[in-house]
Amino acid sequence: MSEELNVKTMEAFMAEGKQPEILFWVGSAGSYDDRAKKISRAFVKILNKANVEFAVLGPEESCTGDVAKRAGNEFLFQMQAMMNIEILNGYEIKRIVTCDPHSFNTLKNEYPGLGGNYDVVHHTQFIKELMDDGRLSVKGEFYKEKRITFHDPCYLGRANSVYDAPREVLKKTNANIIEMKRHKKAALCCGAGGAQMFKEPEKGDMDINVLRTKDALDTNPDIIATGCPYCNTMMTDGIKAHEKEGSVSVLDVAELIANAEGL
Amino acid sequence: MEYLPNILFAIVLIIGIGFFFKNVKKLSRNIKLGKDVDVSDNKSQRWKNMARIALGQTKMVVRPIAGLMHIIVYVGFVIINIEVLEIIIDGVLGTHRIFAPLGALYDFLIGSFEVLALLVIVAVIVFWIRRNIIKLKRFIKPEMDGWPKKDGNMILYIELVLMLLFLTMNAADFQLQQLDAAHYTKAGAFPVSQLIAPLFDGMSISNLILVERTAWWLHIIGILSFLNYLYYSKHLHILLAFPNTYYGKLTPQGKFNNVEAVTNEVKLMMDPSADPFAAPTEDAPDPEKFGASDVMDLNWVQLLNAYTCTECGRCTSECPANQTGKKLSPRKIMMDTRDRLEEVGKNMDANKGEFVEDGKQLLGDYISHEELWACTTCNACVEACPVSIDPLSIIIEMRRFLVMEQSAAPMELNNMMSNIENNGAPWPYNQMDRLNWVNE
Repeated sequence: MSEELNVKTMEAFMAEGKQPEILFWVGSAGSYDDRAKKISRAFVKILNKANVEFAVLGPEESCTGDVAKRAGNEFLFQMQAMMNIEILNGYEIKRIVTCDPHSFNTLKNEYPGLGGNYDVVHHTQFIKELMDDGRLSVKGEFYKEKRITFHDPCYLGRANSVYDAPREVLKKTNANIIEMKRHKKAALCCGAGGAQMFKEPEKGDMDINVLRTKDALDTNPDIIATGCPYCNTMMTDGIKAHEKEGSVSVLDVAELIANAEGL
Repeated sequence: MEYLPNILFAIVLIIGIGFFFKNVKKLSRNIKLGKDVDVSDNKSQRWKNMARIALGQTKMVVRPIAGLMHIIVYVGFVIINIEVLEIIIDGVLGTHRIFAPLGALYDFLIGSFEVLALLVIVAVIVFWIRRNIIKLKRFIKPEMDGWPKKDGNMILYIELVLMLLFLTMNAADFQLQQLDAAHYTKAGAFPVSQLIAPLFDGMSISNLILVERTAWWLHIIGILSFLNYLYYSKHLHILLAFPNTYYGKLTPQGKFNNVEAVTNEVKLMMDPSADPFAAPTEDAPDPEKFGASDVMDLNWVQLLNAYTCTECGRCTSECPANQTGKKLSPRKIMMDTRDRLEEVGKNMDANKGEFVEDGKQLLGDYISHEELWACTTCNACVEACPVSIDPLSIIIEMRRFLVMEQSAAPMELNNMMSNIENNGAPWPYNQMDRLNWVNE
C-alpha cells in the first residue's frame, strides 16, 4: 500500500453542502486498468500538491459510452450519456477534468447535444493552468538532460486541436523535448482508438502500435510521454515488441510531473 | 456558305454544353438521393473555408511538390478560361482575336497564357512520371487497378494535348501575323509559341491557315469533350471541390453526430411513465433504419463527398490501418460509395426514374466488414483530404448499421458492449469497485 491520497466523492461534498473546484472524471481505464490506475494516482498527487479541491463520482461514475459510440452502438452510447448527464447535472457540475482524451472528447463534444454542458479540460491543460497560475511549480532537475518525445493522442490532438498544453507542461521539466517525424496534426494513431482497444486488429503486415513505437524510437528517447491511457498501453506493448523495455519507458505527462516533484 | 463555320460552331457548342447540363442534372439527382442534412449554419465560416481550402489550395501544399504542380495546373486552368471565352466569341461571331483591341493588356494576357501552358505541360509530365515511372505508393493500391489508373493518365494526356494545340494555334497565328495575312491582325505576345513557330517557316499562308484553324477547332472541341468527360471521371473535383469545401465539417473532428432517432427511443426507454407494451399508433411512421447499408441511407453531403473525391490517396497513405497492411483504404470507401451511387443512378435511368431493387447494396457488395472494423477513427484521413472529404463519417454510419440493425459486431466488441451494459465499464468489473484505485 502506497501513501494516502486525498480523494473525496461528489456525494461527500454534497453532504457538506460544498461544491468542488473541479470534477475529476476518472474514466473506466483510469479506474480499472492496472497501468492507467497509476496515472490516476499520479494526477491526484498533483492535485493534492496544488491544493485543488476536487471530487470524483466514484461508484456513481459510469462508462462515458465513447467506445460504444465509435463501435457503432449509438443506443448504448446515448443510454450511458443520459445516465451520466443526469448525475452530473444533479450535482450541478460545471468543470470536468479527465486524463482520458476519449472521455474528454465525448464529454466536451457529444454530451452537449444530449443536455450535458460542461467546461471540459484535459489533465495536461489543467496542469498547465496550475503552473500558469503559480499553484504548481516544477523544480526542473529530475529530467534534465533526458530525451522525451510526446505522442499526440488522436482524440486530444487532431480531434480537438490540443497540441500545446502537454508540450508546455513537459518543457517545465527541463528535459529535451524531441518531436517525432510525424507529430501534432500528422501524428500516427497508437492503434487503440475507435474501440480497437477491445478487439484483435484485422489482418495486416504489422500492428499499428509497433509502427508508432518505431516513430518514437527513431527519436532515440529515454522516455515516451503520453497523455492517454490507451496510448500508454499501446506504446508500452510497442516497446516490448521492439525489445526496448530496458532502456525506454512510457510515462503519462501526469506521471512525469509527479515524479519530477518527487510526489 | 460564309456563315457555315459560325453555324457549325454554334451547333458544336450547344451540343457540348447541352450534354454537360444533362449530366449535371443526373449528378444532382443522384446526390439528392441522400438523406437531408442541415448545413445552412455558419455561412461566413463556410465561405471562408471554401476560399481558403478550394480557392486558396491551402491543404494541397501540405505535400509541396504535388501541391506546387497542382497549383500551376489549377491557375493555368482558371486563367486559360479567358482565352476560351475569346474563342467562343470568335467562333460565334466569326471574328478573330476579338479582345485584341485591349492592346498591351492583351499582349500580357496572351503572353501569360503561353507561359502557363508551358508550365502546365511541365506539371503534367511530372505528374505522369510520378504515376507511371516512380509509381508513388498511393497510386498503385488495389483500388486503383483498371479504370481509375487509366482515368488518371487519360486526364494528363488530354491536358497535354490541349496545351500543345493551344501553342500550335498560336505559333501558326504568329507566323500569319508576320506574313500580314488578311484577318490575322497583329495582336498578342507569343513568348512560348514563337519558339515553335520556326517549324512553320516557308509554309504558304493557306497551309498556315489550315494549321491554325485545325488547332483552333481541335482545341475548342477538346475543351468541350473534356467538359463532358468530367462526369465519368475523378476529375469532377475541379467543379465539386468548391461546394464540397463549403459544406465540409465545421465541428471538431472528434465530434460524431448524435443520432436523433436513437435519442427519441432512448428517452422513451428511460421514461418511467412510458408504456413499454403500447402499440404504435396507426399513423406512426415506419421505424427509422439505424446507420447505413446503402447509399440512400447516407446524407447528401456524404454523397457529394464521394463525387468530389479525386482519388489522390492522401487519405489512404495517412491511414494507420492501411499503412500496416490492413484492407481498409479510406479512398476505396469513397470510390465504392460513388460507384454504388452511379449504379443506383443507372438503375433509375433504366427504370423511368424509379429505383428497382437490384439485390445489391454498398455494404457487403462493395465495402466489407473487415474494412469497416479496421478503422481506428483517428481522423488522419479527414485531416489529409485536400477538399474536406470525411470518409470516417461513412465508416461510422455503416458500423451503426452493423451493430444496431444486425448485431454483427466482432465478438470481442459484443463482449465489451455487454460489459458496459451490465457494469458501466468495458471490462467485467463491479461498478462498486470504481474507487479501488485510490487505495492500491
